Amino acid sequence: MAFISEPRSLDTETVTINLGPHHPSTHGIFRLLATLDGETVVDVQPKMGYLHRGIEKIMEQRTYIQSIPLVDRLDYVCPLTNEHAFCHAVEKLAGLQVPERAEYIRVIMAELTRIMSHMLAVGFLWNELGATFTPMIYAYRQREFIFDIFEMATGARMFTNYMRPGGVAVDLPEGWMDLAVKVTDNLERFFDEFETLTAENEIFLARTIDIGVLPADLAINCSLSGPVLRASGVPYDVRVAEPYSVYDRFQWEVPTRPHGDTYDRYLQYLAEMRQSLSIVRQAMAALPDGPVMDEKARRLRPPKGEAYARIESPKGDLGFFIVSEGGAEPYRCRVRSTAQINLTALRQMVIGHTLQDLVVIFGSLNCTVADIDR
Amino acid sequence: MSHQATLDTLLTRFPEAGIERQEGLDFTIVLPSSLIVDACRTLRDDLGFDFLSNLTAVDRPDAFEVVYHLYSLSNPAPPLALKVRLADKADPRLASVTSVWEGANLQEREVYDLFGIVFEGHPKLERILLWEGFPGHPLRKDFINRIYSFEEMRATLPPETER
Repeated sequence: MAFISEPRSLDTETVTINLGPHHPSTHGIFRLLATLDGETVVDVQPKMGYLHRGIEKIMEQRTYIQSIPLVDRLDYVCPLTNEHAFCHAVEKLAGLQVPERAEYIRVIMAELTRIMSHMLAVGFLWNELGATFTPMIYAYRQREFIFDIFEMATGARMFTNYMRPGGVAVDLPEGWMDLAVKVTDNLERFFDEFETLTAENEIFLARTIDIGVLPADLAINCSLSGPVLRASGVPYDVRVAEPYSVYDRFQWEVPTRPHGDTYDRYLQYLAEMRQSLSIVRQAMAALPDGPVMDEKARRLRPPKGEAYARIESPKGDLGFFIVSEGGAEPYRCRVRSTAQINLTALRQMVIGHTLQDLVVIFGSLNCTVADIDR
Repeated sequence: MSHQATLDTLLTRFPEAGIERQEGLDFTIVLPSSLIVDACRTLRDDLGFDFLSNLTAVDRPDAFEVVYHLYSLSNPAPPLALKVRLADKADPRLASVTSVWEGANLQEREVYDLFGIVFEGHPKLERILLWEGFPGHPLRKDFINRIYSFEEMRATLPPETER
C-alpha cells in the first residue's frame, strides 16, 4: 500500500502572523502584521490605533493651558519635551517673550528628559535581545534619580505639567541645584559603566551589526528624524539647524554614525546622552536670575493665525501646528508625532531579516506607542 | 535660497496657475489642487526641499485645507508651508504626494482617516488609527464627540461579527 501516490512539491508557503496587540516587545498595545517565509520576514505592516485617545480633538475644546497635561501624555517617556514643543508653538503664535531664566530652566529640563528617554531606548533594546531586565534596570535606576529632581521642581515624576506658554509654572525650589549637581555628576559614571558593560559584548555585536540598515537617502525621503536619522550619517539636528530657546549659547557637537544599522543607533543614543549632559552642565552654570513667566501670557488668547513650530525631542522632530481663530481654544492643533512617522521606513528596514531581528529593529527605533496613536 | 525666491521660481515655472502667497507667521504658498504633485516634485528636485516634516488638514467652514510643511536639510531655514484648498466638502479629493516623499504615506492615511479626504494614487489608503467601519471622521467640525447613552455608543461600533 502506497502512502504517497505522487511526489509532493517541496515549495514553502508564506505565513502571516500577528505580533501583538499584546506582545512583550512592543511596550504598549501595538500590532505588527508580519509575513514570514520560514523565519525570514518578507513583509511587515504596522497596525496602530489601539491607544488612540483623540488628543487632537480634545485639544480643540480645551484652553491652551488645559492642553498641557494632555501633551504630557503624548509620549509619556519624555513629557517635558512635549510641553516644550507645545509651548514653543503657542509662543510663536501669540508672540510671547520667554524670560531668560525660564529658557535656561527649560533647556535643563529638556536635556535631562532626553537623557532619560535615551536611557530607556538603550535599556529596552537589551530586553528585545533577550537579556531580560538586568541591563534595563541599570538604566531604570538612574532614571529614578532624574525623576527625583523633576519631582522636586514640578511636583510630579512623569506627568510634570510644568511648562507654560510664556515660561514655566514655578521657579526652581530651594536646594534644587545641589541635588541636580549630585545627580548629574553620578550620570557621567553611569554612562561609562553602561557603555563598558554593554557596547562591546560579543553577542550584542553579532545581533546588531548590519541588522536593519537604514540608508541616508531613504531616511530623508521617509521623513525620519532624530537619532535614527543621525545614526544614518545625516548631521541634522533642529537645535542647530533652526535654533530655538537658548541652544545657540552652548558648546556641543552633533554626533553621527556612518552605517545606520542597529548597532549605530545604539551608539548614537549613548553619544547623545553625553552631549546632553554637557548642555545641562553649561546651562546650570550659566543660569541667570529673574522672572520665569511672561506677564502677557495671562488670559492667553492668541490672535487669529496659524503657526508650525518644532523642536528636537528625544525621538526626533516634534512639531505642533496650531490654528487659532482668536479664541481661548485652538481651532485646530496637529501633533507631528515623531514615533509614528519614524515607522514609515520600518518595512524597508526589516525585509530579509529574521523574525527575532524584527523585534530588535523595532526596538532600536525607540517608538512610544502612545505617541504613535495619540 | 529664500522662500520668496522659491515662490518666484514656482510662479515662473507654473504661470497662470493661480499660485499666491498667504500672509501669516509662516511663509505660506497657496496652490491649486491640480498642481500639487508637479509643484512638490519641483520643490524637491530643483529647489532642495527634501524633507516633508508635516502633512495635515484643517476643516474650515467653506473648504478643507491640506497643509504641508517642508524643510531643506542642507539649507536651514524656517518652514515653507504649502496649502491646498478643497472647496468640494462633500467629496474632497487630492493627488497623493507619496511618489515625491515616502514620508507622506502614514500622514496621508491619517488625514484620510480623521478628515475623510481621499488621496488619489496613494499605495494603500486605509484607515490607520480607527477601525474600518467607524462612522464619520472625528476631526471634522461637524463630528459629534459627546455621546450620552449606551445606544448611541453601540451605534458607533462595528457589527458583532466583525469585532
